[in-house]
Amino acid sequence: MATRKTSEPFWWLLFAAGGMVAALLVPVHLLVQGLAVPLGWTSISHARMLALAGHPLVKLYLFALIALPLYHWAHRFRFILEDLGLRGLRTPIAILCYGAAVLGTVATLWVLWQI
Amino acid sequence: MTVPRVERPGLFYPKLPATWWLRNANYFRFMLRELSSVFIAVFLVVFLVQLHRLPQGPGAYAAYLETLRAPGWIIFHVVALAFALYHSVTWFNLTGVVQVVRLGERQVPPWLVAGSSFALWAVVSVVLLWFLLRG
Repeated sequence: MATRKTSEPFWWLLFAAGGMVAALLVPVHLLVQGLAVPLGWTSISHARMLALAGHPLVKLYLFALIALPLYHWAHRFRFILEDLGLRGLRTPIAILCYGAAVLGTVATLWVLWQI
Repeated sequence: MTVPRVERPGLFYPKLPATWWLRNANYFRFMLRELSSVFIAVFLVVFLVQLHRLPQGPGAYAAYLETLRAPGWIIFHVVALAFALYHSVTWFNLTGVVQVVRLGERQVPPWLVAGSSFALWAVVSVVLLWFLLRG
């Protein structure tokens, strides 16, 4: 049992990376895109957004910004569900959570590819 | 739940009611911290949709931004921002505990490690703000 191989460390690493990205970068993006722009405190033109998001380095940044915290969510949400008493469904919950994060990663790649 | 519990032998599974986290403030804060990840993820999905609208032209993009002006979305983003800040603060506080930094024989005190994380956060935020808001 003690030497049983699991993929746990891999997911945990993605969880930690995602947690760091979310902690460092998400508040500012949320403040600007979620509140400042919709409330009219500032505006970012379509042309400028398109030019910014078209830059390869910015794309790489956006990929990390969006995809990594999804794994952070998957890990935490998985344990929220387990802690709320769904322990009997451990495996399907893990597959569903990490699967959703992988799907999100593919969607992010696809969206960035088209810009 | 009709699915049989798959329990590994030799492990202890305490039976807790689903509301255990309402019992004391520490458990409640723990649940809030875990829940912050949900709000962050929803925001990032919204952001992804916004990026998806971007190559569809100024019209589609403007229509999407208009949606985000709805009171419901503003309220969501206020709540999400509060959760995101809570995540950042709890995360950086933890860096002092999790990340043991040594200089030669001496260990850098945890408050200094956490403090550096907060400083890094401030610098990154200012740089990002400048980058997003300049002309």
